[in-house]
Amino acid sequence: MSYMKTLLAGCTALTLSTGAALAQDDETRVIGVSIPAATHGWAGGMNFHAQQTVERLEEVYPQLDFVLATASDAGKQVNDIEDMVATRGIDALVVLPFESDPLTPPVQSVAESGAWVTVVDRGLSVEGVEDLYVAGDNPGFGQVSGEFMVSQMPDGGKIVVLRGIPTTIDNERVEGFEQAIEGSGIEVIDMEHGNWNRDDSFNVMQDFLSKHPQIDAVWASDDDMAVGVLAAIDAAGRDDVQFVLGGAGMKELVKRVMDGDEMIPADVTYPPSMIATAIELTAVGLTSNAPVSGTFTIGSVLVTPENAEQFYYPDSPF
Amino acid sequence: MSVLGPVIALLVLIVVGTALNSNFLSAANITNVLARSAFIGIIAVGMTFVITAGGLDLSVGSMAAFIAGLMILVMNAALPVLGIGIPIILLGMAVALLAGIAAGLLNGFLITTLGIEAFIVTLGSMGIYRSLVTWLADGGTLSLDFGLRTFYRPVYFGGLFGISWPIIVFALTVIVGEVMMSRARFGRHCAAIGSNESVAHYSNVNVNRTRLMTYAMLGMLVGVATIMYVPRLGSASASTGVLWELEAIAAVIIGGTILKGGFGRVWGTVIGVLILSMIDNILNLTDLVSPYLNGAIQGVIIILAVILQREAKAKG
Repeated sequence: MSYMKTLLAGCTALTLSTGAALAQDDETRVIGVSIPAATHGWAGGMNFHAQQTVERLEEVYPQLDFVLATASDAGKQVNDIEDMVATRGIDALVVLPFESDPLTPPVQSVAESGAWVTVVDRGLSVEGVEDLYVAGDNPGFGQVSGEFMVSQMPDGGKIVVLRGIPTTIDNERVEGFEQAIEGSGIEVIDMEHGNWNRDDSFNVMQDFLSKHPQIDAVWASDDDMAVGVLAAIDAAGRDDVQFVLGGAGMKELVKRVMDGDEMIPADVTYPPSMIATAIELTAVGLTSNAPVSGTFTIGSVLVTPENAEQFYYPDSPF
Repeated sequence: MSVLGPVIALLVLIVVGTALNSNFLSAANITNVLARSAFIGIIAVGMTFVITAGGLDLSVGSMAAFIAGLMILVMNAALPVLGIGIPIILLGMAVALLAGIAAGLLNGFLITTLGIEAFIVTLGSMGIYRSLVTWLADGGTLSLDFGLRTFYRPVYFGGLFGISWPIIVFALTVIVGEVMMSRARFGRHCAAIGSNESVAHYSNVNVNRTRLMTYAMLGMLVGVATIMYVPRLGSASASTGVLWELEAIAAVIIGGTILKGGFGRVWGTVIGVLILSMIDNILNLTDLVSPYLNGAIQGVIIILAVILQREAKAKG
């Protein structure tokens, strides 16, 4: 994995307070993992990697116990975390917050109880709560996508953009993208929310095609949306669209990049397997003296036909 | 009279759409709008009968996702035996229809025979089907075999005399539904049950059987909608059919059917469906409002359409 690592360890190479774990191997320690349910493709992949990692680590570390809970909304996730503390007495919590604001107080109280806290992907609203933050790079995701667009269209051109569900994640991505294409002659002629959903993006793209006689390329900004966009272009029989750029690294689209499909020349990763990084690092922190506190940013990488093989996981549901 | 409200709203939308974008009335755009309305539209016709008979079904969106997932699984599994051809498509269609009828009968059985509140039963089955499709797909996406999908594609994109299949099926469903509602005994029984269950019962109407039939029919129509839906993108996931139930219910109410039951209008439902999908279409075709506000615009138009209906009724 060629993740761009920036381990901004909190300057002090904090020797873990739990480092004493080595001396007391017979004591079982519990790691709670709380993640959103598999309601869309990316989350499905994240659930898959979480389960795989938990299964693997339970064999590697007999002294560790794992509790995995999936929540369909923020309220349920708060309950999950409260239950983990009350009934399982967790020593560490790995959490991918559904939403930042509602999850901040409960995670804060877990941290105050002395347990290790690892936050994944979406940060909390208050800084300094977590011991480890494994972050996806949303502005970087937009930027890599924008840079690829510029490299594909050196003379500029007209593109349309499909956005995700209106959230901070989506805003950061689009801002990064707009900065990258600034001054390149690439003109964004339209932008709508496709909500990271195949059906919505199909409808939006159909309407874009009716509205604009000339579209040179599409930034679908997500692989599920790219699938809808491709179907709409196909059905309209339009040949002015040269390519579609998705994102996230869905296996079907990575496969098409690998096979050299001209409509899908590249993809940009936002790996759901970042949950695995978080669980592994937390386990390392609990069982060894290696310092793992700080921020771990997982960079977004451009997938091209040359390197696509490294990003292709045929067994994953995503 | 009360029939005018939704029609006026639709006409206003068409005029606004045409004024804002010259492509609005192009054949391609009209085909797009009608074809994508077909899923909700076919379901909403069934929903009209359920609501007219004083019932409600919140499970249709999840049910559609579950049936789509089941259909894809069965067709993929049968592929080595049947190969790509008409038989496997017919098998998929049969699975969708049977699963739809079975799911509808189950809802209907719990509501009528066991006498549980329709809202609770279908809220429960909504969660069950949504979870089942997520589980079937392992949290990811179920995709139809690529070759099979190419063969099946014309069911959404092809058509007769330039009219695509979803539009034809939608139109047939509406015609049959309209006749059943306004000319046949079944429609009158639905309205009688919805307006006063006891009176209907004493008038020798088999209340439970008629109600059960409305849910079974709605289930079957969900199956029909799924048959049209699967060839479009060839996939189903946990995000398939989200909120379809509310769109269908909104379309039925905009069209003049009474939410409490007792009166239903199938063609009104069609107007309701067209209003909803045209708003989306117009918002995509123009840059007038921030996309953040799309939902608000939709809400305002839905409420306006129903107010127009009340005003007209008061005057009439």
